[in-house]
Amino acid sequence: MSKVGKITVNVDGFLALDKYEVDEESAHIELAEDDGSEGYAEEFLKLVRVCPAALYKIDEDGKRSFDYAGCLECGTCRIACEGTIVEKWDNPRPTMGVEYRYG
Amino acid sequence: MPETDFDAVVVGSGCAGAVAAYELARAGKSALVIERGNFAGAKNMTGGRVYSHSLKKVFPNFEQEAPLERKITHERMAFMDPASQTAVDFTSPELSEEGKDSYAVLRAPFDQWLAGKAEDAGAEYIYGIAVEELLKDESGKVVGVRAGEDEITAEVVILAEGCNTVLAERCLGNPRPKPSQMAVGIKQVFELPAGVIEDRFLLPEGEGAAMLFVGDCTHGNVGGGFLYTNKDSISLGLVATVSTAADGANETPVYQMLEDFKHHPAVAPIIRGAKLVEHSGHMVPEGGHDMVPRYVFDGCLVAGESAGLCMNMGYQVRGMDFAIASGQMAGQAAVKALDAGDTSAAGLASYKQAMEDSFVIKDLRTFCKWPHVMEGWSSMFADYPVMAKEVMNALFSVDGKPQKPLMKRMMPIVRKRGLIKLAKEVRKAVKSL
Repeated sequence: MSKVGKITVNVDGFLALDKYEVDEESAHIELAEDDGSEGYAEEFLKLVRVCPAALYKIDEDGKRSFDYAGCLECGTCRIACEGTIVEKWDNPRPTMGVEYRYG
Repeated sequence: MPETDFDAVVVGSGCAGAVAAYELARAGKSALVIERGNFAGAKNMTGGRVYSHSLKKVFPNFEQEAPLERKITHERMAFMDPASQTAVDFTSPELSEEGKDSYAVLRAPFDQWLAGKAEDAGAEYIYGIAVEELLKDESGKVVGVRAGEDEITAEVVILAEGCNTVLAERCLGNPRPKPSQMAVGIKQVFELPAGVIEDRFLLPEGEGAAMLFVGDCTHGNVGGGFLYTNKDSISLGLVATVSTAADGANETPVYQMLEDFKHHPAVAPIIRGAKLVEHSGHMVPEGGHDMVPRYVFDGCLVAGESAGLCMNMGYQVRGMDFAIASGQMAGQAAVKALDAGDTSAAGLASYKQAMEDSFVIKDLRTFCKWPHVMEGWSSMFADYPVMAKEVMNALFSVDGKPQKPLMKRMMPIVRKRGLIKLAKEVRKAVKSL
C-alpha cells in the first residue's frame, strides 16, 4: 500500500487566518462509508495528498478523518475521487463557506 | 416567445461572467448576475497575473481604474533541487509596453472592481447564493436557473462558474475534467512593506516581479512554484497536476510541498519577516485544447475556466486574459442572438465563430501537444534541476586544485544523462511549443 511521508506543517493554523462562515448543519461534501478496505484506504490517501486545506487526515493510529469546515471550495477532491469515495460535492449553502479577502 | 424574467442570467462574477454581463448591460439588455460569494472574488483565487491585452479591449482606461497590484517588469524562471537554484532573470522595456503589459492582481479587490463595472453599466446582482441547477424546457433548451427556492428565467444563460464545473457537468452533460487535466493550486499571501518588496526584488518603485519555479518545489512531480509581487504583499504558491500528486508514488501532500518550498534556501529569504495573512486553494485547468468542452448550447454559453480556457506553458501561465476575452465574446454573441430573437444554439453560434477566430482557441490549438509533453517529461521536474546545478557548480566553484578545461568539466555532466536522450527530449518539447 502507498503511504504519505512525514508531515511537519499544521495547516489548521493557516486556515485559522482565513475567514469562514461554517455551515454547522449541512455538510457540502460527503464521503462514502469507510469500509476499511484497501481500496478505500488508497482513495483516501489520494485526498490526503491533494487537498490544499489538509482536511483529509490520518492520525498516528492510522485512523482516517475528514472535516469539511475548513474547505477552500477548490473542488480538487471532486476531480480526484468523485465516483469513488467522494459521494457528494455541492457548493456550500447560501452565504456559507470560505470568504477570501485577498484571493 | 414567452416573457422571461431577464434577457440574460450570468452564473458567476469572475473575469468571464462580469465582462459578459457588462457587454449585455451596455447593449441595453437586462442581465442578472448570480454570484455565490458574498461579494465578487470572495470565492476566487489567482496566482496571479493578468496579461492586459484583452482587458484593455473592454476597459480602455483600466490602468487608471482597476485595483492592479504591480506592473510586472521582471520575469524569473528557476530550476531548483532540494538545496540549489539555477535561475534566468529577465527585465526589458518591452515587458511594460502597452498591449504587452501584465499586472499582478488579487481577486477579491479585482473581481469587485469588475462587478462594479457591470453594475454601473446596468447589470443587476444577487450575491451569496449558488445556482444549483440550469432549468430546461421540454426540448432541452436552457431557459433559466434555480438558486435555492427561486427559479429565474432568461432567454440566455451565460455559465461562468469557474473551473470546478459542477453545473456544466450535471446540467449540460460536459465531461468532468480528468485528474491529469487539472492541477491543484495552493497559495499563501504574505504582507511586506512596499519598499521592502522593491528592495528584495530589485524593482523600480511600483513595479513588480513574477517568478516561476520548476523542480523540488513539487518534489519532482509535474507542476511548479510561482511568486508574484503585489503592492504590499507577496503571493507565493505552487500548482501540481492532480493525477500525479494523488498517485501513490508521491508521498508528499501538496500543503507539505508548499511548506518545504517556503523553507527552500532560495525562497525563505524572500518571505523573511513577512506576515502570513491568507491560505487559499483553487484548481487550474491545464489540459489545453483537448479539454475544451462544448461551449454553445441551446439557450446557454459557457465562458472562462468553465470552458477549460487556460494555458500553463511552464514559463508562462495564462487564464484571466482568456476569460476576459471569452466573456466579451459570449456577451456580444448573446446580444446578437437576443436582437435576432433566436437564442438557440444556432442563434448563439457566433460565439463559437468568434472564439475560433480569436487568440483564445488559436493559442490553445497551437500548443495543444504541450500538456502531454509536460506531463510525460519527468526529468524536467527531477533531474534537469540537478543537472543545471552540476553545470553551474562546475562553472563557478573553485577549490584551488589545478582546473580541468571547462569542456572536460561539463561534458561528463551531460554525457552521463545521454546526449542523444537530452537532445530528443528538448526537440520534442520545442516542437510542441
